[in-house]
Amino acid sequence: MSDRQQVVTMAHGSGGRAMQQMIEQMFLRAFDNPWLNEREDGARLSLAGLSARGDRLAFTTDSYVIDPIFFPGGNIGKLAVCGTANDLAVSGATPAYLSCGFILEEGLALDDLQKIVSAMAQTAKDAGIAIVTGDTKVVQRGAADKIFINTAGIGVIPTAVNWAAGTIKVGDKVIVSGTLGDHGAAILNLRENLGMELGVESDCAVLAPMIAPLRSLAGVHALRDATRGGVNAILHEFSAASGFGISIDETTLPVKPAVRGICELLGLEPINFANEGKIVAVVSAQAEEKVLSLLRNSPLGADAVTIGEVTLNPQVCLRGALGVSRQLMLPHTEPLPRIC
Amino acid sequence: MRFVDEFRDPKLAKTLIERLHQRAALLPFTAEKPMQIMEVCGGHTHAIFKFGLDKLLPPQLEFIHGPGCPVCVLPMGRIDACCEIAAHPGVIFCTFGDALRVPGKHGSLLQAREQGADVRVVYSPLDVLKLARENPASQVVFFALGFETTLPVTAVTLQQARHERLTNFSIFCQHISLMPTLRSLLSQEDVRIDAFLAPGHVSMVTGTAPYHFINKEFGKPLVISGFEPLDMLQSVLMLVEQVCEASCKTENQYRRVVPEEGNLLAQKAMREVFALAGSSEWRGLGVIEASGISLTPAYASFDAEQRFNPQTQPVADDPRSRCGEVLTGRCKPHECPLFGSGCTPHNAFGALMVSSEGACAAWYQYRHQETAVADNPQRQNVQQKVSQDE
Ligand code: SF4
Repeated sequence: MSDRQQVVTMAHGSGGRAMQQMIEQMFLRAFDNPWLNEREDGARLSLAGLSARGDRLAFTTDSYVIDPIFFPGGNIGKLAVCGTANDLAVSGATPAYLSCGFILEEGLALDDLQKIVSAMAQTAKDAGIAIVTGDTKVVQRGAADKIFINTAGIGVIPTAVNWAAGTIKVGDKVIVSGTLGDHGAAILNLRENLGMELGVESDCAVLAPMIAPLRSLAGVHALRDATRGGVNAILHEFSAASGFGISIDETTLPVKPAVRGICELLGLEPINFANEGKIVAVVSAQAEEKVLSLLRNSPLGADAVTIGEVTLNPQVCLRGALGVSRQLMLPHTEPLPRIC
Repeated sequence: MRFVDEFRDPKLAKTLIERLHQRAALLPFTAEKPMQIMEVCGGHTHAIFKFGLDKLLPPQLEFIHGPGCPVCVLPMGRIDACCEIAAHPGVIFCTFGDALRVPGKHGSLLQAREQGADVRVVYSPLDVLKLARENPASQVVFFALGFETTLPVTAVTLQQARHERLTNFSIFCQHISLMPTLRSLLSQEDVRIDAFLAPGHVSMVTGTAPYHFINKEFGKPLVISGFEPLDMLQSVLMLVEQVCEASCKTENQYRRVVPEEGNLLAQKAMREVFALAGSSEWRGLGVIEASGISLTPAYASFDAEQRFNPQTQPVADDPRSRCGEVLTGRCKPHECPLFGSGCTPHNAFGALMVSSEGACAAWYQYRHQETAVADNPQRQNVQQKVSQDE
């Protein structure tokens, strides 16, 4: 082998031998499971096995195009598994099967791809999820940014679980499962070369184990994972779907000091920053304490707190430290840092 | 968080607010004709809305929002010039994030980027130098704007560029100096300002002396203030005390950051690189004498305007827009007929709505629903829902 770095070439997308080799040596080896190993065009999944676990399928898809592809706390591969698994978990389902589609830019280092694939395999394995089918395309240099991944997933929702924003009631409590904005701050610091010693990692994680115990609880009304748009976006989604408002107490928002620091510096708000391992839950006042203790039982939810409640007035409001309430608007696009 | 939380302490704030209420009762101002305190700086405007400080003030006091957001005072035509420069083949055009969405007559820099121009957001002009070094085949242009807060960094960047003899780096200079702006504001006829909160960051550079004309010539008290809620409440109290004592001076509340003489090194760098040259037109403020900032002859070769010679674009604003009046405290944002309809953060007409520093954006973000709640369609849904539940 030469010293030159091995990279993805157009041949890896050709359908020929190079591609077969890559699929075999990289994907099949990493994701290794009976469905994938059948090497058919589609995974053949047992209906009986699925229906034993519940009465509805949850089915979701998401594409991951993050820059940079490696960051403290994870990489694009881990993110692609966590993100889709979490979308299933917050709908009440147990994530079971994932598909994954890769779009690779010519020139991507094979070592990097290997790291990404290994992270996907490990994350899926830890969460009891099987990556059962996939696809690989290679595009010419410049036509994509290193690597894009699409994952779709299915999971099963138990009969008793009926989480939906439409069931939210006035007086319900709003809970977050941990500190806000860790992922967003870690990515911004890297992407914009801010060069800060943040010591903050992305919170990227599969949340299904933390969420599962909530399914047997009465009074859990709605769950979402707060990704892009942060907790603020979820509050607005809840408000729009229920027709009610939400009032948040700013002093209760859990934020790591380093994340607050970066926000103060750039004039941004952590409530708008992305997370990849946090949920927002709306639960009845009676269920509040039980939900908090169940969440805190999981290492993923150790910092869970109540941040506010559902109000009749259909606005999302933030009550600040000095006692003045203000309306919380949803930023039109990603907020831009201020200059002075 | 140290150095932040101690300046947001609710207990201390309460004490200050109580004191403000007591002292304000002694003022020759009333709720109908309150003492108008202009916060010059967009950073202060933002803090006022973020912490709801205006709602905590006694009725005899009122904040009016000044022209201290450098993006807000940019005439539309300058954005068009930026887009024109950015559209040159081989140009990498760098800007602070704030300026990206400000509309020119022919669109914003963001739209120029969508059309294929290479427009990049930077956090410091020094990042631009790095880009220039890494892209020797491109012309790298920095859209330099801001008051004395950002002037020194641009100056140092230019010194560095000259030292390295970079030939592919230039700046489109739209810096503005605060003192001529204040002087022009006070010289305008129907502007009523009773006192000033002066911006901490600018003062850090200039020091306190340049403000003295505001006391001496115009008889207005001024306090240089920090940006945390307690800083600002304390500064307002200092202004009220001045009026109660019938004194009129420049005071420095922000001593922990602002030295009396300012930053001498920064002043030196600014003097070497920039010169106040002639009058210049600013949005909402009209032509202000000696407010245009240009490069000294030694640095003239870094002037993007000379290098690219963009067309001058006098652009008349929509006659209904009241940007200028908002900037000079003559009216409140929601009193502009375009506010919330022709002009929203999603589709801004004026810079005051685009920049997060801008008074209109702050009002929209923090106050809009107070005025708009009556016609919110969601409200009707809720009422229906409630009556169904009953
Ligand atoms: S609402 Fe828009 S047009 Fe009216 S003053 Fe504000 S920025 Fe200018």
